[in-house]
Amino acid sequence: MQQEVLLALLAKEPSHGYQLRARLRDALGPLGDAMNDGQVYVTLARLEKAGQVAVERTAGMPDRPDRKMYALTPAGQHRVSEWLAEVSWPKPDLAEFHLKLLAAAAAHLADPVAIVDAQRRDLLRRLRDAQRAAMGEPRESDAALLLEGIVLRLQADLRWLEACERTWTKRKANPRSEK
Amino acid sequence: MSQTVNESMLRARGLRKEYGREASLVRAVDGVDLDVPAGETLAVMGPSGCGKSTLLHLLGGLDRPSAGEIWLAGQRIDQMSERGMAALRRDAVGFVFQAFHLMDELTAVENVELPALLAGRSPRAARQRATELLDQVGLADRARHLPSQLSGGQRQRVAVARALANAPLIVLADEPTGNLDSEATLDVLQLFESLHEAGQTLVIVTHDARIAATADRLISMRDGAFVDDTRLTGGTGNKLSALIGLDG
Repeated sequence: MQQEVLLALLAKEPSHGYQLRARLRDALGPLGDAMNDGQVYVTLARLEKAGQVAVERTAGMPDRPDRKMYALTPAGQHRVSEWLAEVSWPKPDLAEFHLKLLAAAAAHLADPVAIVDAQRRDLLRRLRDAQRAAMGEPRESDAALLLEGIVLRLQADLRWLEACERTWTKRKANPRSEK
Repeated sequence: MSQTVNESMLRARGLRKEYGREASLVRAVDGVDLDVPAGETLAVMGPSGCGKSTLLHLLGGLDRPSAGEIWLAGQRIDQMSERGMAALRRDAVGFVFQAFHLMDELTAVENVELPALLAGRSPRAARQRATELLDQVGLADRARHLPSQLSGGQRQRVAVARALANAPLIVLADEPTGNLDSEATLDVLQLFESLHEAGQTLVIVTHDARIAATADRLISMRDGAFVDDTRLTGGTGNKLSALIGLDG
């Protein structure tokens, strides 16, 4: 679990661990189903050690054995501000797949078009899963918005695979055009 | 007469469609064999010009093949008379097109009931069926609207309702989301999903991966021929969370 995510969730108000987990689940929808609850506590413990989170023991209620209340320290607050201001974006690593196709063709180890086909089938199944999950969420919910991003990204990847297929099919038909 | 050849709702063998002659000969569909079991949603995907629309027209009796055979529910359709083909298109096949093809001067409910009226149903029965279908596609409150008063997504849903007017054996859709934004695409996908759950056999040709991915099975088409046939049901088996990289 990314530390900044938990810090940011604490920015609104001090919270119990179970409250953080619930907020994450709402934000992620079905994507959060496999989230490991233990990770949240491991990450909170690390943040406490780093002085970015303060832990207060509250008088437990009988139905809530979880009595630790987590709050941001000034250092934690600062890190959240920095994170929000940071411009970052996950990078898609297409180079590895690209090099795989080049290597397969150069060494005549495998048919690049067959590799592209196999990859496309896999992406289409993922797209199917994401699309179905999106259809199951209320429109304009947090989870639906995230799933839309995943669907759009998979579509972009599939378009690139189409381009790969076009090019490698042509090269197969006319090997002289290979560099 | 309709001796069942096998369990396929739709079956094609050695299907060809050629245009032009000699040097300018174009093989739009070049030797296609196809079996679509009843209740399956099949997507045919490929770049524009790959022959997928031509294929759909052959399958629905909008055009005749240069060679090959087509059966719908066990009945050979490629050699039918013009009259027989017209009746087939009216009663047994529901078409959905990219450009909707609604009658602009008719209201939504009038558009939907038209195929039933043409098939000889009573106006009363046709109207009742049309009203039910509009309700099914979520447009009961738009029944009296003209197409020009509806959004693209709503028009396409009217077109789907119309395609269902005569309870067709099969629905054929040609780029049904081609003119729609993301939100309206989702509406149409959801509608197809409910048809699928109701057991409707569906063939969709598209270049939109999003709609193709909702099918049970996906065929890829290039230069008039099938190059890949993939079953998509079952999904990845991976956890969805693997898609966002938050696990671990």
